[in-house]
Amino acid sequence: MATYQLNVNGKSKQVNVDPSTPLLWVLREELKMTGTKYGCGISACGACTVHLAGMATRSCVVPVSFVGERKITTIEGVGEDPVGRAVQNAWVEKDVVQCGYCQSGQIMSAVALLKETPKPTDANIEESMGGNLCRCATYVRIREAIRSASEKIG
Amino acid sequence: MLANHRLLLPVFLLMLLAFVTCLALSSRAHVEPANRSAATDPKLADGLAAWKQVYSVLTSPRCINCHTATNYPQQGDDRHRHFANVIRGPGNIGVPALYCEGCHQTANADSTGVPGGPGWHLAPLSMRWQDTNDRPLSSAAVCRAVTDRSRNENMDGSALLKHHQEAALVLWAWNPGRRPDGTMRTLPPLTHAQFVAATRTWVDAGTPCPRGK
Repeated sequence: MATYQLNVNGKSKQVNVDPSTPLLWVLREELKMTGTKYGCGISACGACTVHLAGMATRSCVVPVSFVGERKITTIEGVGEDPVGRAVQNAWVEKDVVQCGYCQSGQIMSAVALLKETPKPTDANIEESMGGNLCRCATYVRIREAIRSASEKIG
Repeated sequence: MLANHRLLLPVFLLMLLAFVTCLALSSRAHVEPANRSAATDPKLADGLAAWKQVYSVLTSPRCINCHTATNYPQQGDDRHRHFANVIRGPGNIGVPALYCEGCHQTANADSTGVPGGPGWHLAPLSMRWQDTNDRPLSSAAVCRAVTDRSRNENMDGSALLKHHQEAALVLWAWNPGRRPDGTMRTLPPLTHAQFVAATRTWVDAGTPCPRGK
């Protein structure tokens, strides 16, 4: 066991866990932040996506000992950011969600995309969102919502 | 007229024999000059033998999986396409929301089976060692790619040696960590020391490349 000081959504959190524990389980089990979802556990589906120092990261495969001082942003905190808020609003506007299980990860990836590429082409969207799976196949509405958020953030 | 006709056959046969002989000699000259030179130049022979060893490492899965000619990396000893729709991206580091470093951290994560090293990325297309059907290029073609300074980030022989000795992602090949099932990833066919020694011999011989396509 080891003690880690984490910066989660701008707040300092201390956890005492095994160094090999994936960040996902620190968020969900230790910090009770259950917005980030467990999907596959092998970084194949994107449901567990958070931002580490702004980079979309699969929290299910990153041991907590690798996080260091990098700031963690989760679905609970991404709405504090203008781009994150625009994406969440677009998700509601376009009624993207069906079962909703994958949507935390979808939103985190969409925000990461728009922060770097505010005016993405369809190809940009296909490529960047290609690692986020949705068993309800809401892909068309996800793309519409990203386009809508892109327009809103100018 | 009849005498002339009688002469035609032997003349034709002589011409045919000369043509076949020239063809055989020119073909031999095209394929084997390196071998013939190596036979009389021990240093060149040693260099080409050393390159063969270097090539065996470069085309092992730990190295060649990220030297693809396509828009995706490979993984595993069977060199299958990387899962999760991972793609190369314009900078060879993936794309926003799907960067290599979004999973691959600065070191191997043995508890989750994800390999890692500093600046995880694909080799640029100029350093592809495969064709677009994911087949490794020939020894001659890989050698040309590795030694062409317009394609290899302007590395001369000594820089190539240093790259093989010290580059973090080269060193990773001999410390590739555990697979998700907990077993160790396979290593290249030579030890790192043997690889560096072979590279040094090849560089000392002037980085010779085998002939051929």
